[in-house]
Amino acid sequence: MPQEKKFNLTIPVISLKNISWKAPGEGFKLHDISLTIPDNTYAVLMGSTGCGKTSLLEIVCGLRQPNQGQIFLDDRDVTLLEPRERRIGYVPQDLALFPGRRVKAQLSFALQMRGLSDETLIQQLAEDLRITHLLERLPEQLSGGEKQRVALARALAAQPRVLLLDEPLSALDESTREDAMTLLRTLQSKHALTVLHVTHSSSEANTLGQLRLRLDDGQIVSV
Amino acid sequence: MRTFWLSLALITAAYLLFWLLLLWATAAYSPPEVWLNTVMKPEIRYAAALSLLTCTAAAAIALLFAVPIGYFMARCQFRGKTLLDAALDIPIVLPPMVIGICLLIFFQTSIGRSIEQVISFTYTIAGVVLAQFVVAAAFAIRTMRGTFDHLSARPEEVALTLGATRFQSFWHVALPTARRGMLAAFCIAWARSLGEFGPILVFAGATRMRTEVLPTTVWLELSVGNLDSAVTVSLAMILIAVIVLVAVRATGEKV
Repeated sequence: MPQEKKFNLTIPVISLKNISWKAPGEGFKLHDISLTIPDNTYAVLMGSTGCGKTSLLEIVCGLRQPNQGQIFLDDRDVTLLEPRERRIGYVPQDLALFPGRRVKAQLSFALQMRGLSDETLIQQLAEDLRITHLLERLPEQLSGGEKQRVALARALAAQPRVLLLDEPLSALDESTREDAMTLLRTLQSKHALTVLHVTHSSSEANTLGQLRLRLDDGQIVSV
Repeated sequence: MRTFWLSLALITAAYLLFWLLLLWATAAYSPPEVWLNTVMKPEIRYAAALSLLTCTAAAAIALLFAVPIGYFMARCQFRGKTLLDAALDIPIVLPPMVIGICLLIFFQTSIGRSIEQVISFTYTIAGVVLAQFVVAAAFAIRTMRGTFDHLSARPEEVALTLGATRFQSFWHVALPTARRGMLAAFCIAWARSLGEFGPILVFAGATRMRTEVLPTTVWLELSVGNLDSAVTVSLAMILIAVIVLVAVRATGEKV
């Protein structure tokens, strides 16, 4: 039986109802997943390699369509909406910075797509993420930690309500990771974000997670 | 082990030597004065100018088709994709003369005649461009498909979550990243167009000072026994081919 995780404290912001998904041509599946993440919560999702964590994030942000089930953002069913209509930020594991675009252009991308320009927001994000000195650099001129901060700033520039992070700290060394965890908590609090953070690391989960989830055999099995 | 690699190296050297001998024999056939005289002939200069013009037009049109088709084939999964992929390669494997005949016959049909009422292709310069385009586009499509296959789709997907439409993601993220591949596709299409002879001869004809391009010149000069001119034009085409090869390699792509 699928388990539904509920917090009674606040209005739920993300709800997955009976989500199932099967990879084309593969046996790999997500089975009937139901899950609720309350507003302004830092949720951490753990699970073994290849258990479907990334696929679940991609379903939530709209890059994959589930075979079955619904995704609600607040009370709105967003299952059939395009990713751009969901206001869900996504930072993939490989960060996927836009090749050939300077950091400033990466940060301006979301605003540019809406035909807007907000220099103050970009400057503020650059200061928050400590990347002001990197604004004129290209992705290949950045270190792993710098790339990670740029990817976060780019996602935040779209002013999402929900942020999905796919193993964002996996490429960082121990000292940088501590720093990055503090930064993530600060950002989540400052921007009043609901975060779903995928990780293999128990220490990350313990440090960051207000809600800890585990995906096993295609199902959410424990908190 | 050493003998094995040495044998392979000798085979490679023999093959390259054969090619170098061919080029040397062609280059040494006539003195530079003959080259100059040939280049000064008005019909040769016309053919060279027409070749440059039509190859550029054919390569540009080929790129206009190759970019969207290459992107579609690289990013979209659908039933029958293998079949479509094979169909896109048909112009590469068809004998050139057959392509010319297909074009000629098509423009005798009612659809072809209707098109010709708007723009005339048979035995015209537009026909030269079309004949070049038919073959060149297949090579450009293959190059663009390879380019997009090698580029991660992830940045384009992230762009979607940042508010971009599919088209904006393609335009603002995929295309700028693929610019080297686009340059390579253009160069390859251009080089293929320059060497195209069979379809042009059949479909656009070989009329001097009208539809004559450089490969046609080589054939026309040979047919009247003017080997010096044929050799000079061939040398010019070899030089252009080498320049294109260097340009494509500089983009990081392979022909």
